[in-house]
Parts: sequence; C-alpha cells; structure tokens
Amino acid sequence: MDYLDQLEAEAIYILREVAGQFERPALLFSGGKDSICLIHLALKAFRPGKFPFPLVHIDTGHNFQEALDFRDVLAEKIGEKLIVRKVEDTIRERKLVDGKGKFPSRNGLQTYTLLDTIEEFEFDACIGGARRDEEKARAKERIFSVRDEFGQWDPKKQRPELWNIYNGKIDKGENVRVFPISNWTELDVWNYIKRENIELPTIYFTHERECILTPQGQLMNTNEFVEIEPEDNVVIRNVRYRTVGDMTCTAAVESTAYTVDDIIKELKETKISERGATRMDDTLSEAAMEDRKKGGYF
Amino acid sequence: MELLRFFTAGNVDDGKSTLIGRLLYDSNSISTDIIDTLTKQSKAKAEDVDIDLALLTDGLRAEREQGITIDVAYKYFVTDKRKYIIADTPGHAQYTRNMFTGASNTDLAIILIDARNGITDQTKRHSIISSILGIPHVLICVNKMDLKNYDQAVFESIKKDYLAFAQPLGLKKISFIPVSALTGENVVNKSSNFLWYNGETLFDFLENVEIPQEEANNETRFQVQYVIRPQTQELHDYRGYAGALLSGTIRKGDQVRVFPIDALTTIEKIEKFENEVQEAAAGEPIILHLSDDLDISRGSTFVLENQLPEVSNEIDATICWMDNKPFQKGQKLLLQQNSFRAKVAIKSIEGKIDIHTLESTEEVSEIHLNEFCKVNIKTAELVSYDPYTKNRKTGAFILINENTNNTVAAGVIG
Repeated sequence: MDYLDQLEAEAIYILREVAGQFERPALLFSGGKDSICLIHLALKAFRPGKFPFPLVHIDTGHNFQEALDFRDVLAEKIGEKLIVRKVEDTIRERKLVDGKGKFPSRNGLQTYTLLDTIEEFEFDACIGGARRDEEKARAKERIFSVRDEFGQWDPKKQRPELWNIYNGKIDKGENVRVFPISNWTELDVWNYIKRENIELPTIYFTHERECILTPQGQLMNTNEFVEIEPEDNVVIRNVRYRTVGDMTCTAAVESTAYTVDDIIKELKETKISERGATRMDDTLSEAAMEDRKKGGYF
Repeated sequence: MELLRFFTAGNVDDGKSTLIGRLLYDSNSISTDIIDTLTKQSKAKAEDVDIDLALLTDGLRAEREQGITIDVAYKYFVTDKRKYIIADTPGHAQYTRNMFTGASNTDLAIILIDARNGITDQTKRHSIISSILGIPHVLICVNKMDLKNYDQAVFESIKKDYLAFAQPLGLKKISFIPVSALTGENVVNKSSNFLWYNGETLFDFLENVEIPQEEANNETRFQVQYVIRPQTQELHDYRGYAGALLSGTIRKGDQVRVFPIDALTTIEKIEKFENEVQEAAAGEPIILHLSDDLDISRGSTFVLENQLPEVSNEIDATICWMDNKPFQKGQKLLLQQNSFRAKVAIKSIEGKIDIHTLESTEEVSEIHLNEFCKVNIKTAELVSYDPYTKNRKTGAFILINENTNNTVAAGVIG
C-alpha cells in the first residue's frame, strides 16, 4: 500500500471506531483544509449510509467569508446536518470580554462556545482535524484524547494507546476528542487533496489582498476587527493562506500558487512551518498550546 | 512512496531526543522558525550551547523543566523514498507504559546505548519489550562514540555483549551502528572518525531497511467495526459490514466463518468507497455483504473456512500492567481486541517476568505498574484469536477497568 493509502486507511479506521463506540459524536468542521479532508474521509468511511454524526462549526465571528460560504455549500451538497454555534452569542450570554490588542483573537473565547455546544447536544466525542506535526504539545496527544467534564486535557493522565486499539469508554459528562489525521503532515494533506481532487475555498490559492505588514514581517488581513492606524504599513500583495483560523490572528503568506501542484512545490521549498508562518497565538509562550488544551481547547 | 514507523528507546541521557533532533536537522526537516525558537531556548538554558536538539521533541512543560521525556512524542519526516513516523519514547523505567505504547505498532526499534556505559538495565528492558511486541527489526545505535575516541574496540565489545544477552530473546533481526548524535557523525553524514566502519549511516539504514509486509502474508482476518444500514427507500435492504481487512486477502465468493456466533456464510459483495471490487488486501477499509442474514454486530470476526483461528473462552497471555493501582484478584475487566470487547477475569497470574533475565517467578497475586506477567484469562464469551507471534493484529489486546474506564494493561496472546 502506498503511504497515502495507509494514512487514509488509518483515518477511516478511526472514524469507524468513533461511529461504533459513541452514542452522540460530532465532527468539528471549520471550512479549513484539514476538516474538509475529514469530510472526504467520512464519505469514504460511511457512504452509502449517512454520517453517524452532524457537522459542527464553532463560528468565531472572525472567519473568512470564503470559508463560511464553502462550509454551507459543502454541507448542502453532501446532504449532512450542519450545526453552527457562534462565539458572539457566548460573549453576550456569559458577559465575556473580547480579546484586546491590535489583532484581537477569539481563539481563547471559542473554547467556551465549544464546551457549551458539547453540553447542549451532549456530544460524547468530537472529531477534529488537528495534526501532531502542527505543534509540539499536539505531538504528545493521543488519537482518542479523553477530556474531563470541563473539557480539560491532562497530559500526565493520558491513556496508553496501543496498536490500533482505541479505548473510548467514558463516564457521562466526559468527552473524547478524536484526531483521525494525527499522523498526517501539512504536505501529506496537500498530497491527499491533489490525489483525491478535493475542492477547497479560494483563499488557499494566490489572490490579491490588502494587508498590514507587521514589524515582525507578518501579513495581516485588514478587516473590520482591526483598526488601521497611521503608522501601519498597509500593502497590497499576492498572498494565500496556509490555515484559515481566526482571521485576526492568522497571517497570509506571499505566494504565486494558483493550483494544488503549485502549493505542493511551494511547500517543498519553504523553510517555515505552518503555524510559525501563520499563527500569532502560538508565539505567546513556549507552552501556549499546552495551556490552551489543558483549558479545554482542541 | 513507502511508510516506515519506528520508535527510539534507551536510557535517560543516552541521547534519544538529540538523535532524533539530529536526524531531522541534518536531513533538512526542521523549519527555520522552529530552529530559531530552539536556538533561543537553548541559549536561555546554557550560554555556551548553540542549539539543544533534544528540545525539539520534549513538548510538555514538565519535560522541558525536568529535561526528560515523559510521554511519547510523534515526529515526522519525509524523503523522496519514504515517509517516516517516529515515536520518541521515554527512557525512565517509571514511564515504561508510555514506551510500550509508542513501540506497539512499529516496524523497527532503535535502541540507544551510551558507549561509555555499555548495556544497562534499560537496554535489557527495552529489548525484552521489543521481543514481546514482536518488533521485526532491532537497530542498536552505540551513541556518544566521540566521548570514547571513536574506538572500534568499544563498539565491538558492546556489540558482542548485546548479541550474547539478546540470544535467548528470539529477536528476528539485529543491526548495529556507531554514532555521535551530538556531533551528527554517522547519523546523516559519514565521518572520517569512523574509517573503520564500513556500514551505513543511520539515515541510509532507514532509507534501505526492509519494511515487513506481515499482514499481507497472514491468514485472512476481518473484523466488523460498524454496521451500515441506510434504511432509505432506495437502499431499504442494504446491510453492509464496515471494517478494515486486518490481514490476508478476501475475495467475492469466499466461504467465511463468522465468530463468535460460529456460522458459515459467503461473501456476496465487497465494496470499497462505493465501488464494487472483486477482492481486497490487508489494511484496506472495506464494506462486506454476506449471502445470509446472520446475527452480526460490531466486533464480529470473519475468517476463511480453511484458515480457522483459535476460538476459546480461556487465553494465555503476557501482559504489561499500565495502571498506577495494582491489579488485584477479582477486579472487573473488559478485554478489547480491535473492535471486539468481552468481560474477562484474570484467573491466575502464572508468574512475573524478570525484565532483565526474562525468567519467570513463582505465582503472584498482585501486578504492579510496569510489570510483565504471564496470565491466564477467562472470558465471558468466546474469543477468536491467533497467537501474537503468528498475527500481531488478532493476537493483541488491551484490558479496560470497568469502573475507571482506564486502559490498565496491554497483552499479547500465546
């Protein structure tokens, strides 16, 4: 078997384990490339049947419109149920305060919405597109990652996970985060997208965009949440996105890649990691991701 | 392109994390932003160090604080020929369960030995675990050769000692490479300090080592993960058994026996991704349709009628205890073999395995964390299985504590 077939088979195996072991699973879907791959894998795992789970999007309100449109069109096309819960509503109901600073991220706040949504629908498993190559705390997490009733990850209490045997037994109120593409790298994802001819939102490909060039050299999209100040260096560049997270803290990269092949070529040449190039939130501290996960984040 | 999964093990301070860091660094697999971060962190720890490559895999705060690896870290790199999945496993004896976890589904063990110390208790422990897990190939990297003046005699003596120790373990294949992870010599690049060594560098070894295809050559085994029943108008009678073919091959028209119900039937149709196929090979995710309407659910196992497995409600196994609380007689446990679960009880603990000599002790009544025991397990329903040495897919299981839901042990049958 080719390595992509093996990665695909592993992911489908994990998805079917979720279907077999849980009462009320959900697939977290953001409109980004990793979760689009998950949907593609779920089609392969369960068709001609329906998905044994709804698609759930935690909408930060800071999403790229292209990704939102793509999300709705895809859910419609495959005829699966889509549940959307908004961070804005959580902020209002829980009287939370939005992020501060130049590029106010809602990455921290979306954990509240996620946990509320899990409680609302009593989800016992949430499938996500996180990969171990993204970040070193993620590299430590199991494929079936048990969270307590507060959604917290305790790296010291991880269950041993051997062979391809996944233990999803939990008590009521607990939930499991499941990462079927844990062992995929960014390049694997793109090679798979190419092989399977998977459609993506247009922002993954090069386009002209107005951005603020930060003193650190990052290209931040100008949008309604970012106030442009006189000293800002506003530029127009040909860019694309490597990830489509919260648009206030996700940077674009300069690119001339029009096609998936172009992107793969670019990735092989680039020397900067996906999160390093695009995420402001991870550079806060060495353990930024570990801390967010312990707090219930994906 | 091929996929190779391997794990690294060794004593604390033998330089595992440094070796992996070096392998990734010298094969240009680390991004510049991560190198920048590592350089900063290294400088913060010790002024005179340029880059501490071990920091690359120690991803948890507690690990960086203590300078040790506590849990398995997975790392990836790719060449034109292969994609590699590395499980960097902890060296401390107290984290043996995490080491066992990382090692379980790999094709190759890389065990580091510090050239200054030779074989240690941990070398023995990790080798015995590799033997229990049936890892097809063990590579011994004799590290820190720079601190022993690249002396060939040191390398040869460790090699001789190891072969003598490993002889009774029945490891299938053993190789040796002298390296210095710190300087990178013989990791990716050859070095003039090793003129006496004619073999491959670690990197070349990884590129060329044979990847065993055990599952493809084994007897046919399929297990149901999930039953697909769309119950729509046009697919009213559709009933497909979704699962992975664990080993062997399966063809349309094959006569199969189904366990635990012990019934004979025929493969009517094989589907892969909504296409009908005539046959499927080991590892492929498929949906099977049978010619008879039988009581089949998640965990049911299909085998070819002329390749029957063992079927019993009593199994002999070697288990590694992984829970902080020791096992005591009478504990309620669930056995999980792939997707199959059954209530079980450990009837007798026939002896504890001395991880340094492989000898078995007398019968005991408790099993503690990280201990290996030979046990006799009674199951509430019939289990179909193969001895682990014959089939790693159907001979392995975990034990789950019914009260805490934790995975408390892992075992191999036979």
